[in-house]
Amino acid sequence: MSAPAALSVPAAQSQRRPGGANSTLRMLLRKPTFLAGGVILLFWVVCAAFGSLIAPHDPTAQQLLATNAPPSAAHWFGTDQLGRDVLSRVIVGSRSILLISVASAVLGTVLGTALGLTMGYLGGLVDLLAGRVVEAVLALPVVIVAFLFIVAVGPSTGTLILVIGFVFTPLIARTVRSSVLVERQLDYLASARLLGAGRVSIMATEVLPNVLPAVMVEFTVRVGYAIFTVATLSFLGFGVQPPTPDWGGDIYANYGVLAAGYWWETLFPALAIASLVVAINLVADSAEQVLAS
Amino acid sequence: MTETAETGEAAAVTGATLNVEHLDVTYRVRGQDRQALRDVSFEIGRGESYGLVGESGSGKSTAALALTRYLPGNGRISAGTININGMNPLAMGPRALREMRARTVSMVYQEPGRALNPSIKVGRQVAEVYEIAGASRQEALQRAGAMLAKVQIADPARVMERYPHQLSGGMAQRAVIAMALAAEPSLLILDEPTTSLDATVEAEVLDLIASLRQELATSVLFISHNLAVIAKMCDRVGVLYAGELVEEGPAGEVLREPRHPYTMGLLRCIPRRGQRKDHGRLDTIPGFLPQPGHQLPGCIFAPRCPIAEDRCRAEPPPSFNTGPGRTARCYLHETTSTLPRNTPADIELPAERNSDPPVVQVKHLSKTFRSGGDLVQALAGVDLSLAPGETLGLVGESGSGKTTLARALLGLMAPDPGSAIILDGQLVPPGTGQRPLQQLRALQIVFQNPDSALNRRHTVRRLISQPLARLAGLSGPRLAERLADLVRSVRMEDRHLALRPGQLSGGLKQRVAIARAFAGGPRVVVCDEPTSALDVSVQAAILNLLVDLQVKEHVSYLFISHDLGLVRYLSDRIAVLYLGRLMEVGPAEEVFNGPHHPYTEALLSATSTVDGQPPDRIKLQGEIPSAARPPSGCVFHTRCPRRLEDGTCETSVPPLQEVTPGHLMSCHIPIDQLAILQRSREESSDN
Repeated sequence: MSAPAALSVPAAQSQRRPGGANSTLRMLLRKPTFLAGGVILLFWVVCAAFGSLIAPHDPTAQQLLATNAPPSAAHWFGTDQLGRDVLSRVIVGSRSILLISVASAVLGTVLGTALGLTMGYLGGLVDLLAGRVVEAVLALPVVIVAFLFIVAVGPSTGTLILVIGFVFTPLIARTVRSSVLVERQLDYLASARLLGAGRVSIMATEVLPNVLPAVMVEFTVRVGYAIFTVATLSFLGFGVQPPTPDWGGDIYANYGVLAAGYWWETLFPALAIASLVVAINLVADSAEQVLAS
Repeated sequence: MTETAETGEAAAVTGATLNVEHLDVTYRVRGQDRQALRDVSFEIGRGESYGLVGESGSGKSTAALALTRYLPGNGRISAGTININGMNPLAMGPRALREMRARTVSMVYQEPGRALNPSIKVGRQVAEVYEIAGASRQEALQRAGAMLAKVQIADPARVMERYPHQLSGGMAQRAVIAMALAAEPSLLILDEPTTSLDATVEAEVLDLIASLRQELATSVLFISHNLAVIAKMCDRVGVLYAGELVEEGPAGEVLREPRHPYTMGLLRCIPRRGQRKDHGRLDTIPGFLPQPGHQLPGCIFAPRCPIAEDRCRAEPPPSFNTGPGRTARCYLHETTSTLPRNTPADIELPAERNSDPPVVQVKHLSKTFRSGGDLVQALAGVDLSLAPGETLGLVGESGSGKTTLARALLGLMAPDPGSAIILDGQLVPPGTGQRPLQQLRALQIVFQNPDSALNRRHTVRRLISQPLARLAGLSGPRLAERLADLVRSVRMEDRHLALRPGQLSGGLKQRVAIARAFAGGPRVVVCDEPTSALDVSVQAAILNLLVDLQVKEHVSYLFISHDLGLVRYLSDRIAVLYLGRLMEVGPAEEVFNGPHHPYTEALLSATSTVDGQPPDRIKLQGEIPSAARPPSGCVFHTRCPRRLEDGTCETSVPPLQEVTPGHLMSCHIPIDQLAILQRSREESSDN
């Protein structure tokens, strides 16, 4: 037994690192941080999908006789200035923020990856010019840029997604570019050129798969930032428009009465934002650790 | 504690600087203990130089780390004793350990660049060692300067003011050696100290170590994968295999008459004494190193041993005494000399060559880079040609333009205008993008490092299918058929197809790279140091494969290597480059036997071989000059030991002289005079 077993060592070596998507998922599931983040995230995703079914009340129904009611058995999170159930608004409000942040992060990641790949792989003048533009955009505060756009175009879900997506593009492009520069040192790109492969084909089929892990990590981080940005813009009145339930918007609508002691009207939406951001960062962190190992 | 004292006394009596007994080291990997060293015992006497040789994964570096207790967090010395100068590092507290590392044991690693702190000037770093020993700052700097002079740094004052990145590799390694010796250690551990250096620089650093060792009477533990270096540097040698010391003894005897089949196998894997491919294939060691921690009931080498018997597989052999001071862990140590070959030697080489018109020619190939404000000429007007089915060896130090030449030929880098690459009589455009499919197919490469040359996200199937589809235009069942063919011809198996490069061993990865290069039916394959990242036993198998494929496919090779033994084995003709200029080109045997160019002569004499080296080595003075400011006249004149007195070499570019038809060299010295000079040197060194 021993001799043939030892001779077939390459088979044993091949099992050393099973590789592939399965093992990545398995390693992620072994991380408590990932599990914690994942569970919170899953909760909000369920709320976003089936919010109106879960919510105990109609989130937009006003009860003008029960305004500013503190948390009670009927209204766990109390009611707001218009007598709307805060719990229901928090549950249903997850939909708009999740939708906008994920969509804008996707948009930013796709555009940023394309831009970063092009800059990193082509280098030279393209890299130089695009690099200057990227730096210029990065120098401006995200919220201000988004502000200007929204004022010019007018607030709507579509505008928000586009604006945040565009603002994130240079950030992602910068990360992808630096990964591509590492790959560009490697001989497999020369090898692909010797097969007569063109630039676009090399970028898409050779370089992209190798920078994808970095892109995935960057994407999750961006979703977290997008939530912040959406909440901030909503708070400033440029986000999701009332009466649609929205966390940032609800804080904006109710923070004026905070001084009067009606804390539940702002605290619960704020906690919702915090929990979602923390959850996404936990997922992003563990993904980064697993992919780096 | 009393035990320690006793062994200490014992060591003091025998006079050994280092005594290691029954050392076991285990690494804990994913909750499992894996044994990296098993029952290793050896001793280094005062002033003695001991070589530890083995392939990657044999446990060489683990041994060095264990001695100084620098093992990583998951490593543990699970049994055995270590005794350094009567002290037991295993029983030391942190303070005593620090003291020992500062005064008694020094280490020099493979990469000098990593051993030096990049943000501190070299002088301060060396001086620090003296400061720790209690010298004042001023005195320390003075002694550092003296030490740098001792390691033959020409201008210590200037070097001390430099930062590590401003030094060349050889210079940096000297500075590291100066630091290691500054504390006057009784044991110096050298872990592959010259592996990253050029052959000429390696020879100088080795000479330096040898002379310092005599002067300081330091004991040396020399770790290397390179048998030739061990043969040159060491009094005694220990051969490590999979964590076991399989053979030990005086270096000369062990390497001349090995008693363990593994040592024998290793020695047969290297081309020696001018061996060439027409003398037959190299022998190989089949199989693979067992996984770390993989326990075998019998001899650890039995699965790969051609003469293993039942008892070898049943029970581990003890250490047999095979001569004065010699041991071998092999039941059959008496029959090792008649070890059968693992690989048949026969190769059918095609009889006539070189009569056909050349496949590829490069004419006046130049390449100038712009670096900062300087123009750096990496290649300056090189003319070469390659006949069908021929191997042209390309030789030169790093920075000589070998790789630039290869990349220009392949179209990965456009040469300067005026250069011409001619394939089958047709001018080839400079970039891959402009070349027609047929020309792309004709020129392919096997890169030095398969980790970098293979896309790690693709499977082997995809990696090999890609060129078949793109270059050979195959698809569907015909592609599958050719794929199976190709996989067989590089001696891989179907089960490898689903794996990714990260799951393959180094040798298998290089086979995939070779399969890719041959997929389109190439005319010329550039082999850029194809085996330098591989172990000796794997190297032999890859070289055999290259020879077999050449015979079968009738391709030409441009074989780039710093290992002259390999070049000699594989090449029909040899071209020698220096600073981007062709110094010499000619049939391999003529270039090796001479008369040859003084630069070739120096390269040859710098090469260490297992069978000993020329005693009076030609020493090249100084460093290879910067290509941005090449010397006037003959570019080699600044380092040439045979430079003419009358100043011709400094002022005029030498012509290409014809030694014999097809053997050209660029030198002012008349051929017959050069022949006399070189013959007299060889004769004097024979005596």
